[in-house]
Amino acid sequence: MYKNLNRTQKRRKLSQFIMFGFFRVSAAINGIALLIIFYFLVARGWRAITWTFLTQPPMDSMTRGGILPCIIGTVCLSLGAIIAALPIGVASAIYLNEYAFQGRALRIIRLGINNLAGVPSVVFGLFGLAFFVVYLKMGVSILAGALTLGVLTLPVIIGATEEALRAVPETYREASLGLGATKWQTIYRVVLPTALPGILTGGILGLSRAAGETAPIMFTAAVFFTPSLPSSIFDEIMALPYHIYVLATAGTEIEATRHLQYGTALVLIVLVLGLNLMAIIYRARLQKRQ
Amino acid sequence: MEKSSHTGKSRYRTEKIIRITFFCISLASIATLALITIFLFMEGLPIFKEVSVKDFVFGQYWYPTDEPPDFGIFPLIIGSLSVTGVSSLISIPLGVLTALYLAESASASVRQWVKPVVELMAALPSVVIGFFGMVIIAPFLQEVFDVPTGLNLFNASLMLAFMSIPTICSISEDAIFSVPTELKEASLALGATKWETISRVILPASLSGITTAIILGMSRAIGETMVVLMVAGGAAIVPTSLFDPVRPMPASIAAEMAEAPFRGDHYHALFATAVVLFLFTLLFNLAADHISHKYKQVGASTL
Amino acid sequence: MEKSLKIAIKELNFFYRDFKALTDISLDVYAHEVTALIGPSGCGKSTMLRCLNRMNDLIPYSRVEGRILLNEQNICDPDVDVVSLRRRIGMVFQKPNPFPKSIFENVAYGMRVNGIKDKAYIAQQVETSIKAAALWDEVKDRIHESALGLSGGQQQRLCIARAMAVKPDVLLMDEPCSALDPIATQKIEELIHQLKKTYTIIIVTHNMQQAARVSDITAFFYLGKLIETDVTDTIFTRPKLKQTEDYITGRFG
Ligand SMILES: Nc1ncnc2c1ncn2[C@@H]1O[C@H](COP(=O)(O)OP(=O)(O)OP(=O)(O)O)[C@@H](O)[C@H]1O
Ligand SMILES: [Mg+2]
Repeated sequence: MYKNLNRTQKRRKLSQFIMFGFFRVSAAINGIALLIIFYFLVARGWRAITWTFLTQPPMDSMTRGGILPCIIGTVCLSLGAIIAALPIGVASAIYLNEYAFQGRALRIIRLGINNLAGVPSVVFGLFGLAFFVVYLKMGVSILAGALTLGVLTLPVIIGATEEALRAVPETYREASLGLGATKWQTIYRVVLPTALPGILTGGILGLSRAAGETAPIMFTAAVFFTPSLPSSIFDEIMALPYHIYVLATAGTEIEATRHLQYGTALVLIVLVLGLNLMAIIYRARLQKRQ
Repeated sequence: MEKSSHTGKSRYRTEKIIRITFFCISLASIATLALITIFLFMEGLPIFKEVSVKDFVFGQYWYPTDEPPDFGIFPLIIGSLSVTGVSSLISIPLGVLTALYLAESASASVRQWVKPVVELMAALPSVVIGFFGMVIIAPFLQEVFDVPTGLNLFNASLMLAFMSIPTICSISEDAIFSVPTELKEASLALGATKWETISRVILPASLSGITTAIILGMSRAIGETMVVLMVAGGAAIVPTSLFDPVRPMPASIAAEMAEAPFRGDHYHALFATAVVLFLFTLLFNLAADHISHKYKQVGASTL
Repeated sequence: MEKSLKIAIKELNFFYRDFKALTDISLDVYAHEVTALIGPSGCGKSTMLRCLNRMNDLIPYSRVEGRILLNEQNICDPDVDVVSLRRRIGMVFQKPNPFPKSIFENVAYGMRVNGIKDKAYIAQQVETSIKAAALWDEVKDRIHESALGLSGGQQQRLCIARAMAVKPDVLLMDEPCSALDPIATQKIEELIHQLKKTYTIIIVTHNMQQAARVSDITAFFYLGKLIETDVTDTIFTRPKLKQTEDYITGRFG
């Protein structure tokens, strides 16, 4: 039966070779696509990035000048989002990972988190409008936008924190409990410090996610243009992603402001991917150490 | 003795309070989800005083600002489904094959570089991808395929595929990676090739995870807003070709909300559209959740 | 019966990165005999076994030096076709690892991937193998049900049947009984006695009695070196070296 299998053998090797070729090609396509995007944004955007561009507000109905208010706006919004979401997210993860028993309640909470993670960003925008802006009377403001973004980043933070908590060896907990520490003492003194780097990574990822989102702030915080920098959390604000959208689709001189659009996109990417890279590198370091 | 039992009791009480506090906080996510549902319905339902649910969902015409207005979102639904469908034709094979590459074929050093690439893809802001599709891909398509506009169904699908590949890839990779090595070794030890091991053992064992990944990827595509807003072309018609412009639901909502008079019919209609969109993604996510729970991955045998 | 040399291991060294897990191993394995590898945990028994079917190829940072001759062909040669090598050298793992498929499909798997399409042959071969593994009576009525429903001992015998179904020359067994109870262990030991007529068997075990009961030749490993090898009776009654004696009498340390 196994004597005359030479032909089959060749065919088996060939199919292996072809399939692994497919794997490699697909992986390469992703990399190439990413490179192409980077190439165009950098090649066409880097000349726009000057000191004036980064430190001046837009001028002449946004056809010249810089993007300072947008940078500040994005920083405010994403920091606000994290400040709102981090404590809640971390506490939720602690409950889910350290306290909850397997069972229906846990299942439902998880279902809620998973579905929250899947809500389309524009729906968050409408929710923010209906709830924060209108119902809670915050108006179109940094506060409303940051809270909307906070809701959106909540699942990201919960996920990252849970992962960090799971990575804490069970023996640590047992050792602490065995010494007579209560559950909370164990969590507070042993589990959280060990998991802290992982939680911070999650926070950074949440920050970058919030910084890049457009639809949720369209109706809750962002405006086309404000001449002044924000002075309170109830002010409207400009933001990088929304600025790109506005310049590219609704500006007065779409073609003439292309370089500004590329420049703004480049700044946003550097900000978002910079945060991500930080998280990736930090995490890689942690893993190496463990 | 007396004293220690007393502190024992109060300690027990503190622990209980802490526990309950954490429990309450952990309800935040589900409470938000409930609030989202409530407010969407609250702001969306009034439109059904003007049009019936059937006319709204199956109405062929979306002219919300005409006199009298038409609130039929059928073309928008088809727009959403078509970009999602076409994009998944691209993203599913690419995502799953890349996952297989990462989990089964790449050497550790290559993996170390390719994984961050996938993560960075996931992190690119959607507005940037929309912008890229608008200014680079659209003129390119217009030229190459000689079509009236490069902002169309095909372009949007390409960009959406790019956005859902990371989701599909990373969740699939987790599923593939968690197939126990014992199973892999058993197959190889019987003289199966690597590919035979993948197709006959690893893929069947990780099928539920991969299905979940695909569903979540599609859910991401259907809910993605900025890309379809910027590159889908914006025509509220049922497309007949790959190069027709379309107006998926999120695009319509995002484009019109700013101009819709507060709590007018148009405003309510947009919220109702969001309800439909929300239900679609809810369906996708519940399906994914169901599959990943019902068909838990089969691990190594337990004794 | 004339003894014929099946496998000759010649001056084998094996490395995980910089760690030398096997040092200068030379060992002859004869056809239709059971060779037992014994030694304390971490001494390299599994590593040795996994060299024989090139399972260590899966570990990217590993390296092998020396030769292993199977029927006079060097299997460490990079040109060797590992896929057909592994078909000829079956392996049974420490933990039973049936595929999440039916009992039938588990046993048929090896034949299917090797390109055998003849249904009747497959069915007959599945039955023969399961019978040879002394499992037939227990599973004949549920042959198309999931293999995961079997007990640990049954699963392990299924894995043996699965390994036999592709008609290997040699069977490698890495502590096949370590996860089993005494009764299941006894069944597998009886099975090994039967299988020896057809196959050449190399078994790793931590259980001295088991090695004494099932094997013809015993090889004692310590810290990656082959310390002593001899006919099993001799090793257990008159070991030449003190180290060996200490280990088999439990005075080790
Ligand atoms: N994948 C690996 N990477 C690095 N070192 C390894 C690896 N596998 C085994 N080793 C090391 O090689 C040595 C021999 O391991 P091996 O598994 O062969 O021992 P063993 O004799 O089978 O032990 P046991 O009886 O516990 O199964 C050990 O020191 C072990 O730590
Ligand atoms: Mg071992």
